[in-house]
Amino acid sequence: MLRFLLGRLVKIVLILLAITVLNFCLIHMAPGDPALVMAGEAGDADPKFLAQLRTQFGLDQPFYVQLWAYVSHVLMGDLGYSYRQQMPVSTLILQRLPATLILSITAFALSLGLGVLAGVVAAARQGRWSDSLISAVALLFYATPLFWMALMAVLLFSVQLDWLPAFGYEQAASGLHGLARAFDIARHLVLPATTLGLFFMATYVRITRASMLEVNRLDFVKTARAKGLKPSVIQRRHVLRNAILPVVTLAGLHAGQLVGGAVLIETVFAWPGIGRLMFEALQSRDYNTLLGVFVVSSALVLLFNLITDILYRIVDPRIRAS
Amino acid sequence: MLLDRALRSGVVALGLTLAATASHAASSDSTPVKGGRLDLVVQPEPPGLMIGIITNGPSLMVGGSIYEGLLRYTTDLKPEPSLAKSWEISKDGLTYTFHLQPDVKFSDGKPMTAEDVVFTMDKFLTTTKPKWREVMRHVASVTAPDDNTVVFKMKEPYGPFIRSLSYNVAPIVPEHIYKGTDFLKNPANDRPVGTGPFMLKEWKKGSYIELDRNPYYWKKGHPYLDQVVYHVIPDAASRATAFQTGTVKVLPGGSVENFDIPRLAKGKGVCLSEKGWEYNAPLSFMWLNNREKPLSNPKVRQAIMYALNRKLMLKVLWNGYGKVASGPITSTIPFFDKVDPQYSYNPKKAKELLKEAGYDGKPLRLLPLPYGETWQRWAEVVKQNLKAVGMPVEIESTDVAGWNQKTSQWDYDIAFTYLYENGDPAIGVARNYISSQIQKGNPFNNVEGYSNPKVDKLFSDAAVAADPKDRQKLYTEVQKTLQADVPVAWLLELSFPTLYDCNIHNLIETANGVGNSLGDTWIAK
Repeated sequence: MLRFLLGRLVKIVLILLAITVLNFCLIHMAPGDPALVMAGEAGDADPKFLAQLRTQFGLDQPFYVQLWAYVSHVLMGDLGYSYRQQMPVSTLILQRLPATLILSITAFALSLGLGVLAGVVAAARQGRWSDSLISAVALLFYATPLFWMALMAVLLFSVQLDWLPAFGYEQAASGLHGLARAFDIARHLVLPATTLGLFFMATYVRITRASMLEVNRLDFVKTARAKGLKPSVIQRRHVLRNAILPVVTLAGLHAGQLVGGAVLIETVFAWPGIGRLMFEALQSRDYNTLLGVFVVSSALVLLFNLITDILYRIVDPRIRAS
Repeated sequence: MLLDRALRSGVVALGLTLAATASHAASSDSTPVKGGRLDLVVQPEPPGLMIGIITNGPSLMVGGSIYEGLLRYTTDLKPEPSLAKSWEISKDGLTYTFHLQPDVKFSDGKPMTAEDVVFTMDKFLTTTKPKWREVMRHVASVTAPDDNTVVFKMKEPYGPFIRSLSYNVAPIVPEHIYKGTDFLKNPANDRPVGTGPFMLKEWKKGSYIELDRNPYYWKKGHPYLDQVVYHVIPDAASRATAFQTGTVKVLPGGSVENFDIPRLAKGKGVCLSEKGWEYNAPLSFMWLNNREKPLSNPKVRQAIMYALNRKLMLKVLWNGYGKVASGPITSTIPFFDKVDPQYSYNPKKAKELLKEAGYDGKPLRLLPLPYGETWQRWAEVVKQNLKAVGMPVEIESTDVAGWNQKTSQWDYDIAFTYLYENGDPAIGVARNYISSQIQKGNPFNNVEGYSNPKVDKLFSDAAVAADPKDRQKLYTEVQKTLQADVPVAWLLELSFPTLYDCNIHNLIETANGVGNSLGDTWIAK
């Protein structure tokens, strides 16, 4: 186990390094630079102003010097400074990370829990009307564009019914503390987390159902039945445990993806998460912030992959042997 | 309605009574109420609030409540007191003397004196702001004979000077915080300190910016509001929803897509105002790349003007808010003159001109502005208009950074833009047409590459003519010449209506709108 972990960690560092270099090159290939964008927004510029900005951002250095400076800083754990936002990138990311984590963990738990449950039910009632209903609903949530669902949810639950706040992480400048604030955030969380969760839930439903049906046909299930075990015990102990592997794989991928932020949901619900930070940094060519978000989210994706692999070994001891 | 019927039936007395009642209601309505909180939208989130350094629209809107200039401007661009209580201009136009308001303090409690003004004008803004560098080219010296007086000596008479002292061009910054530091890296840029009615309390990045009243504010009894909160909502439809549900009470101009405005304006208790854009006076036009065929031929450029159905654009794309442009100077800016030739929609004439010019049907590239739906649709209308006169156009879409790159590197045939005219043709208009402003790498100058020695001379003479009458003559002449040559295709004088809850009063008091008025704003109970 220890050797496995060490080997994986070395790999992770190397992959991260490669991703950083690749991202750096890609971003610098995009047209325009942060100085031009800032001059553009000011509606006014002279050559001195542009030169001043480029010197300040270090853009007057040769490309390889900029690349080396960036990579060596990242290796020492320094994500650099955002001149646009006048703040260290690590501070910017840490400010946004809690909102992203709250949203993604809630949506993730919701989608996984409901998805697996609905998948198991659908498989058990294969071909009956409840199976068709579950599949249809899951497909509907999966096929509907996320932003449209979000807008419709706002129109219904905020504008028409006035049950839930339409946007934001909490009430602006409310002066709430402690429990009252937590409750306020929870109210704001309902719509974005549900919208995002339902989208991901659909895939879990379909994978769980398909996988359950496949395992159901295997010989050892027949044996269990022949032994006279109760159907519910067979489903839980024998079928589900074997059918869950593909779900774990998928969940590992989703978890990484979710931590990188959900740009659409964060935009529609004005949720102050990492996804929006990244999108805005891209538009303003705020190189350091953009690269910082990439570094952090790719590190998290790699970390979740590692956790998934460890989970595999726990769920299915056969993997350890091979 | 009632008044109308009363007058028609000849009961004048009743009419008078009604009028008196109305004016009475208005006067009780205009007694300001203290207290309350104002919720607005700021779009997009500003990169910073230190407007002596960062000058984009959102920064100026929020920062305008934190910083002040020596003067501010009424909606017809007349100067009025702000940090300067009064001022004198010598007869020869070479000496400007400003008397400051007494006992002004910064929001950190330290006094603001003439020394701060001299430091701001002479040291700070000349380092950080291109616009101010341009103004200072005409200034020989800035001095402070005493704590309450600032004197500018000019090298030559410079008419635009009196309209260059607003908060957005020259905000007064504290010398005690910035002296001897690297202005751009000063940590105080994060915690702006100004003399304005409000000060920064908290900025939750990505969510909201909260300002509280400045306890040291110099103007007695002001501000009326206790708190101002700017909400950051990245999606246009969500901003509209925020206004509908009442979370946000003010949608400053440009906050929502144009097609949403008529719908939102119909809401109960919703007021709409087009005021507050007189200083910026945004003018939209298309750069026509004068360097390359066929657009190097003035006849082709005139043909484009005749081919465009600008009335339709105004009606359909902008819901009638704004005005068809009649030349290079916006009609609210001083020295505007409506001169010929004017170009009304005339596709037949456009075709004739194209034939005369020997245009061969070569397709042209059109670069839209990446500022949302309205601009995208606008490019499509232009494409149709030009196609109708036999000029095929391909739309090349890009994002904001890409747009800046392409225009500043002259990599386009036709490109949408809009620019602020900043209170005076010498500041905001000349830069688009004079030869010395043809500089690659900058999207805010003579990007189209038009060069005419006559126009260069007229603009440079007009900027320094002492007598406004002389300036008018020169600007009238320059407008005639430009309108005949069509260096760019002028589209519309843009209007960005502000939507707000009708209980809010004095929301737009100056030519700079919501950004420069909140010290006077109050909310009726």
